[in-house]
Amino acid sequence: MGAATGTDSDRSGGSADAESAAGAAAGGSTTDRPAAGRRPWTRAAVWSAGLTVVLVITALVSATIGPVSLDLPTVAKATVNAVGVPTSVGVSVGGLSTFGLTIPVPSVRAEYTYLFDLPVDRTGEVIVRRIRLPRIALAAVVGFALAAAGTVMQGFFRNPMADPSIIGVSSGAAVGAVATIALSVSGPFGLQLSAFLGAVLTAFAVYLIATEGGRTPVATLLLAGVAVQTFLGAVTSFLLLHAGQDLEQAIYWLMGNLDNAAWDEVAVTLPVAVGGVLVLLAYARDLNVLLLGEEDAHTLGIEVERTKRVMLAVSSVVTAAAVAVAGVIGFVGLVVPHMLRLVVGPDHRVLLPTSAVAGAAFLVATDTVARVGAFAGGPLPVGIVTAALGAPFFLYLLRTREVHSL
Amino acid sequence: MSPDLPDPLAALLPAVETDESEEPAVDRANTGANAGADTDTGPDATADSLVEVRDVTVSYGESAVLDEVSLSVAPGEFVGLVGRNGAGKTTLLKAINGVVAPDSGAVRIDGADVHDLSARETSRRVATVPQDTTLAFDFTAADVVEMGRTPYHGRLSADPDAAAAVERAMDWTETARFADRVVGSLSGGERQRVVLARALAQETPALVLDEPTASLDVNHQVRTLELVRDLVESEGTAALAAIHDLDLAARFCDRIAVLADGDCIAVGPPEEVLTRARLRTAFDADAAVLSNPVTDAPTVTPFPATVDLDCAVHVAGSGPAAARTIATLAAAGATVTAGVLPEGDVAAAVAADLDVETVTASAFSPVDAEAEAAARDLLAEADAAVLAGTAPASVRALVRDHDRVVRVDADGSAGADGSAEASATADVDVVATTAADAVAETVRGALVTPLEADD
Repeated sequence: MGAATGTDSDRSGGSADAESAAGAAAGGSTTDRPAAGRRPWTRAAVWSAGLTVVLVITALVSATIGPVSLDLPTVAKATVNAVGVPTSVGVSVGGLSTFGLTIPVPSVRAEYTYLFDLPVDRTGEVIVRRIRLPRIALAAVVGFALAAAGTVMQGFFRNPMADPSIIGVSSGAAVGAVATIALSVSGPFGLQLSAFLGAVLTAFAVYLIATEGGRTPVATLLLAGVAVQTFLGAVTSFLLLHAGQDLEQAIYWLMGNLDNAAWDEVAVTLPVAVGGVLVLLAYARDLNVLLLGEEDAHTLGIEVERTKRVMLAVSSVVTAAAVAVAGVIGFVGLVVPHMLRLVVGPDHRVLLPTSAVAGAAFLVATDTVARVGAFAGGPLPVGIVTAALGAPFFLYLLRTREVHSL
Repeated sequence: MSPDLPDPLAALLPAVETDESEEPAVDRANTGANAGADTDTGPDATADSLVEVRDVTVSYGESAVLDEVSLSVAPGEFVGLVGRNGAGKTTLLKAINGVVAPDSGAVRIDGADVHDLSARETSRRVATVPQDTTLAFDFTAADVVEMGRTPYHGRLSADPDAAAAVERAMDWTETARFADRVVGSLSGGERQRVVLARALAQETPALVLDEPTASLDVNHQVRTLELVRDLVESEGTAALAAIHDLDLAARFCDRIAVLADGDCIAVGPPEEVLTRARLRTAFDADAAVLSNPVTDAPTVTPFPATVDLDCAVHVAGSGPAAARTIATLAAAGATVTAGVLPEGDVAAAVAADLDVETVTASAFSPVDAEAEAAARDLLAEADAAVLAGTAPASVRALVRDHDRVVRVDADGSAGADGSAEASATADVDVVATTAADAVAETVRGALVTPLEADD
């Protein structure tokens, strides 16, 4: 084995050549080597921070717009004054009365301490804190939730046309809400609670229908979702026909709006949305691997069915929370993930948080259009605005850029 | 073979037996000898096997796709899985990597039953190169390779070795230069190497590959299998690959397992396993198994049995025309005898391989009387005689004595010798002059229409 040394040095020489060649091809610097150089979580943090700045600016500008025109400093100071931390949280039990029965419903009451007290015009502060900010905050939370759930659903179904409602969440919420309106059920959070329950129950039913022997094939889930949506659409139509005087209110809800936004709704929806998205973020890497197909994902160590269950459950709850307070707002969950995919790429570790924040900014902006439109000429639900702006924009992307797949 | 293949894994990992790996597969004869030596102990040494499939049965609905299949793969061994489409190759691989749960039997990898393990634990033991993988999205090659590290990532914590492992795998497979390119834009061969790199990044003791060469051109087929071969030899990986191409399987694998109808009908070194009878069982096709003059591995040439001949045919002549004639007639089911064939001629080799009763004589001296007599005896029992390629005058005369003779030109390219031959024999007894591929048809035609009728 006298040649062994020579062979070894030959080999190391050869591999060094290969390395330098690869380095040159990758741009001449070893730090450009993607295997070592790319840090998805860093990218996610940088992008999310940038988009959060966009969101804050959008929100502040939005708060200046309305029947009473306010200047940016007033809005900024009033907003800073509105920043509070919860100091005590209490649970009280209210009642939801329906058909003569009263169902106890727990509700969370929190006391807040406000950190700042900047001098600001009193009227302006009231308008900002009591009227415009709750609505802007709720728009942000709903946009955040819908865009995040849409991103997960598109990846989950490996289908570019998937949106948060694909397994019937919105249809279920619609039945719950329209039934509450048409049957005149009242109670704290009555409308929102029944919409939420309708959404979650529908998602669960679709999951059960599509599951056999512990496996839930994605294609079956998709078809079961479509069928259940059609059925629930019929139920909603039937309820609308029998809604009588409440018809207008029911239809207005179905179009999706944030007209009656209050801080209470923000306080309930925000933790669900943020908590849910954090859980989904922990599964973002698995979602990437699932794009390879379920068998490949299994051989790469993903517990496929369990991962699917978690993602389905969490994104359904997040969607349900958004739909319950805002009605059916379409297109946010479909368009925003595609826009962000063009910008940040397909890696869900980056795509999911950036889509969520961008969705928040998008819905704040579109809801501002809805507010102005309503001020100018009668009611304009934000759902109409998102669809009217989102659909042409989506078609534009389809024609000019590469929105053909995930 | 490309001996200048970079070998960074071996360079980085000191625990490699340098004697074994210093010249990866440059000399196939040498490796073949090693393989033979390994397999003497291989089948018995189940304690040493890394992947152990024992009595595994898998059914889809009513039909059993695998019926009590047993197979083992030792560390540092490359086993090829062959069999026709639907024989259960893919199912067996899926039973090993945990995608399919067997109805009965067990798969053990590194001592643990795969179906007691979580997907994560399984994927740290066996990596998979799937037959076709969905790679039509915008992830870069490096992203895809990094997915191989999934089993080592925590839900909230990252795998500290990921970058190093990905870099090693990409250097090894020579995919580093397109690390930043989107996989959807890569060629089939490049994509296959990316998937292989992903499996290597898993750093598992076992590797299963489902038709890794199916969609590749011949250059990439060889390179892919060379990579696996190198990995097996330098890292001691236990590799099991379903391979369509029997020649490639024979050339690169230490042992070959033949699956037929859900049953493992043979396991062993290529030269022992790839026999004509076994191929007929496994593939329902007749084939000539010869030794490849370049690689010294068995090479398999299948002949589709299109014509059914139930008769005895004697073939005389030499060269490729005679070889092809013998193989085609045998594939058609005829009882073939041959002679007098020149010793060492390709026709004689084919005849020997197909167990054809043959008379041979030295190519450099006149045919002796003993050989002539033996050939005459064989001719007497044959229903038809075929003269394929060139033959000495004495042999031609022997054949002409038969009452049904088919003449086959050497590759249809009748030279000076051929045309003279044709005209000389035409007066006497030629039924048809045809190419070797159609000889079975012609022989049958000759049997249906007796020669005498034409005269």
